[in-house]
Amino acid sequence: MAMDTTLPAERAQHWSRTRRQPTAFGRLFDSKTFLIIACLLPTVGLLGVFLTYPLGLGIWLAFTDGTIGRRGQFVGFENFEWLFTDPIFWNAVFFSVFYTTLATIGKFALGLWLALLLNQYMPFKSFFRAIILLPWIVPTVLSAIAFWWMYDPQFSIISWVFIELGLRTTNIDFIGSEWPARFSLIVANIWRGIPFVAISLLAGLQTISPSLYEAALLDGATAWQRFRYITFPMLLPILAIVMTFSIIFTFTDFQLVYAITRGGPVNSTHLLATLAFQRGIPGGELAEGAAIAVSMIPFLVFATLFSYFALARRKWQQGEGND
Amino acid sequence: MSNAASDGPEAMQWDSRARRVVTLWVPLCCFLFILLFPFYWMTVTAFKPDAELYDFATHNPFWITSPTLDHIRKLLFETSYPSWLWTTMLVSVGATFLSLFASTLAAYAIQRLRFRGSQYVGLAIYLAYLVPPSILFIPLATMVVQLGLFDSPMALILVYPTFLVPFCTWLLIGYFKSIPYELEECALIDGATRLQILTKITLPLAVPGLISAGIFSFTLSWNEFIYALAFIQSSENKTVPVAILTELVTGDVYQWGALMAGSLLGSLPVAIFYSFFVDYYVSSLTGAVKE
Repeated sequence: MAMDTTLPAERAQHWSRTRRQPTAFGRLFDSKTFLIIACLLPTVGLLGVFLTYPLGLGIWLAFTDGTIGRRGQFVGFENFEWLFTDPIFWNAVFFSVFYTTLATIGKFALGLWLALLLNQYMPFKSFFRAIILLPWIVPTVLSAIAFWWMYDPQFSIISWVFIELGLRTTNIDFIGSEWPARFSLIVANIWRGIPFVAISLLAGLQTISPSLYEAALLDGATAWQRFRYITFPMLLPILAIVMTFSIIFTFTDFQLVYAITRGGPVNSTHLLATLAFQRGIPGGELAEGAAIAVSMIPFLVFATLFSYFALARRKWQQGEGND
Repeated sequence: MSNAASDGPEAMQWDSRARRVVTLWVPLCCFLFILLFPFYWMTVTAFKPDAELYDFATHNPFWITSPTLDHIRKLLFETSYPSWLWTTMLVSVGATFLSLFASTLAAYAIQRLRFRGSQYVGLAIYLAYLVPPSILFIPLATMVVQLGLFDSPMALILVYPTFLVPFCTWLLIGYFKSIPYELEECALIDGATRLQILTKITLPLAVPGLISAGIFSFTLSWNEFIYALAFIQSSENKTVPVAILTELVTGDVYQWGALMAGSLLGSLPVAIFYSFFVDYYVSSLTGAVKE
């Protein structure tokens, strides 16, 4: 109200003054270069210091003889030469590959099946979808402890059911000996991985246009043909990405094995990550642990290249589809 | 094409009720049973008295005849469980806010400021997501010791963004992409500064994306294990997943009741959190995959 009594010129001056005030600071933010640097700084800083540098440091550590509390000397390939003669290391390599292969096949077969089931018309669909994600939301270690309890040599509920049904007379030895322990861990990993695969693939399925299925039905395609020639090719790009992630994170898995068997019995279920931890942190042999961790890198590079070529294939497919 | 006539009955048969039960409901129920059974078993064990827990002969193990809160009472009052919960909460909230701050700015820069090489920065951040913690924890442990952060929750708050930021950045790039650029241009013409555009136009419109990224980061931080195991030594600074495995597992006789009670209580916060934001979880999970 007081403004109305002032002269128009004065008012204009007042107006322009308040406008000029933020420009000193504002202009700095209007400079695009400054803005880009300011915006990227936190991310680049965090990732540079806590991701890129440790990655380099880890590779360097693998070529030294450092232990906890002692800076190591460069020793060349000594750690690797030593590891390559170590049967426990080769066992961990074998089990990592075996674990990843079987768990990935299991997760994707069952996950795809579940996604196809959920993609059908049904009541309470979003409720089912919500419930199914639960194993993936809950901390892995905690559900792994539940599996550990279910795999208990004496009080396993699974053994109890089998005995009650008359299928067995003795308790099942889940984690007490080499091969059963390996398969038990793979089952636990598949259990944990199904929800992620199913929900991701469901999202992929929902992007497939129903008109394609209508056209196929009109042309007389069977259910299998519709799956083989429509669903699967359309799902392939997302399948490739989800699979890459799944392979990388299954291969470098740590929690599940550490919680259920800690690498036992007799080191038979060590993955590379658990072996690296055991040697590196409680064992104190930092350099050796780092060398084991670094030896995972070739496998990861392979998985990433797989993803890259799958993506390239996606572009190629889209190009063909447009013709 | 010649057998198109025989297609009608086949399509109808596909929809018949009996077939639907066999192909849809039976497998779906099997999946649900298998996926949920460990949680049921966890809950049942947590409320069973020890006498029932180790005696399958006289008590049906699937049911509790005399439920007890003993294990939970023991957990809350005889261990440092409350302090583990507090540390986990602190670390998760801290890491989530730090990651959200960094990734919002980065995603805005990459998607909206469009400088030369911005797609390479995006690619580099995507590649950072493919570097798993299992490779980094040994060198990070030596760094944490050198920085004097060993055994401090601060170490976790600083390290967790390494796997949260790449994920959140990709999620938010997708969200920013969905906001019309014209809105920003209008604001620019009206004389808004870049900072004003970000805080008053882009961010409010990206709130669903921010919520998705936030709850996702919170869950991932809550569930993180290997860094927390490697960087924290003293009992009271441990996070829930690590503490349950290292503090409650003592000797050769496992206290299954207490272990399951601990697992249940440690899972509940994320499960409750999840039940409120289911749609955001699904959209962030699928959004990040589709990117």
